[in-house]
Amino acid sequence: MLGKLAVGLGALAVIGGGVFWVLTEPSDLSADTRAALEAHPGDTEAGEAVFWTAGCASCHTAPGLSVGASDEERLTLSGGRAFATPFGTFHAPNISMDPDQGIGSWTLPDFARAVMQGVSPEGAHYYPAFPYTTYTHATPEDIADLWAFWQTLPADATPSQPHEVSFPFNQRRILGGWKFLNFSEDFATPAFDDPELDRGRYLVEALGHCAECHTPRDALGGMDRSAWLAGADNLVGEGHIPALPPEGWGALDISAYLETGFTPEFDSAGGEMADVVANLSRIAAPDRAAIAAYLVALRASPSQ
Amino acid sequence: MPRLMTALATVAALALPGLANAQDMDPNVAARQSLMDLYAYNLGVLGGMAQARIDYDADLASAAATSLYHLSMAGTERMWAEGTDNMSVEGTRALPAIWDNAEDFEAHEAALVTAAEAMMEAAGTDLASLQGAMGGLGRACGACHQTYRQPE
Repeated sequence: MLGKLAVGLGALAVIGGGVFWVLTEPSDLSADTRAALEAHPGDTEAGEAVFWTAGCASCHTAPGLSVGASDEERLTLSGGRAFATPFGTFHAPNISMDPDQGIGSWTLPDFARAVMQGVSPEGAHYYPAFPYTTYTHATPEDIADLWAFWQTLPADATPSQPHEVSFPFNQRRILGGWKFLNFSEDFATPAFDDPELDRGRYLVEALGHCAECHTPRDALGGMDRSAWLAGADNLVGEGHIPALPPEGWGALDISAYLETGFTPEFDSAGGEMADVVANLSRIAAPDRAAIAAYLVALRASPSQ
Repeated sequence: MPRLMTALATVAALALPGLANAQDMDPNVAARQSLMDLYAYNLGVLGGMAQARIDYDADLASAAATSLYHLSMAGTERMWAEGTDNMSVEGTRALPAIWDNAEDFEAHEAALVTAAEAMMEAAGTDLASLQGAMGGLGRACGACHQTYRQPE
């Protein structure tokens, strides 16, 4: 009897382990995505717009970089900013074009797999401090343009710092389980059937990653999409991050804020938003207007 | 009559805490916050035109930008008196780093003067020039607040 139980438990453990192993297997790009990447001639100018919208510079520039810094400084992705979260302290890595310390030796599929699936060229999961659950919604064409723009960025030889994460979060394989729970190919909000609103939805949900801070997270750090952009505790600091759109702000208020950093009272953006403004001030005005229109449209949605 | 007295007493009770706060506030803090309010007052005109909320008017834009420029030139040395950071007095978000990095802080103040001067030259030209100068002002304000003001 006992022997049978032991065999049964052993079998369960093997099956459980097998299921775990399959569920947590780092994914690869689909054949369709690979084909789309290959078919698209990368456009550096379009890629620059993707770069500023996706906000790569907010995390991967040198610590303490001023919002008044030059384009060149804001394009040097030497890494080094620290993000202290309840799960450990993450250090944004060097993602400059340096072939040794950065990602200069990567291929386009390496880059796309990292950005859209959170998997390194060596096949390891990245921590979701890297907002790949947002970027997975980007089009392969935008990612190919972004990589084309990346080729124009400077190399910087600053070494990346290791993350300070304790057990069990230091077991990258379990991030596959996190992804199983939190990785959705669907957008959070339904399409609007309006070109400007749908553009705004794409910019916010696939590139701008507003939700990464403005949407509350569960105990495992997954976004609670039922409370989309409804405001959240600050995961990397003090205070509460407001709901979007801010109370009383219209579309013009939002687009002006994203362009200049001025609030409707002509106070100026602070904290992490100062960096967001530094990036979004560099995109085209119609795209800022589309983001604003999308956010205002959310006010009428049931989740608000 | 008693009703009026009650009403007056209520008004006084509501108003007094505010008065007490105003009296308690460090005069240097009050002065620099008043200066910020005056920046905002003029930025309201320029930003309102930039966003097409109010019609562009070259004279009004020019007047607001000139005021802003002169305000940016105001001597603020006494307002930023030692010991008036947010660890020392109430009612301010000014970080001690202002006094630790005095030279850098002054460079930020100078950047505001430069941005305000650019706006003064642009505001009366046409709307597109005014709109083009808003970003520089935003960066000047934002860069200093990013470094030297406690986030809310």
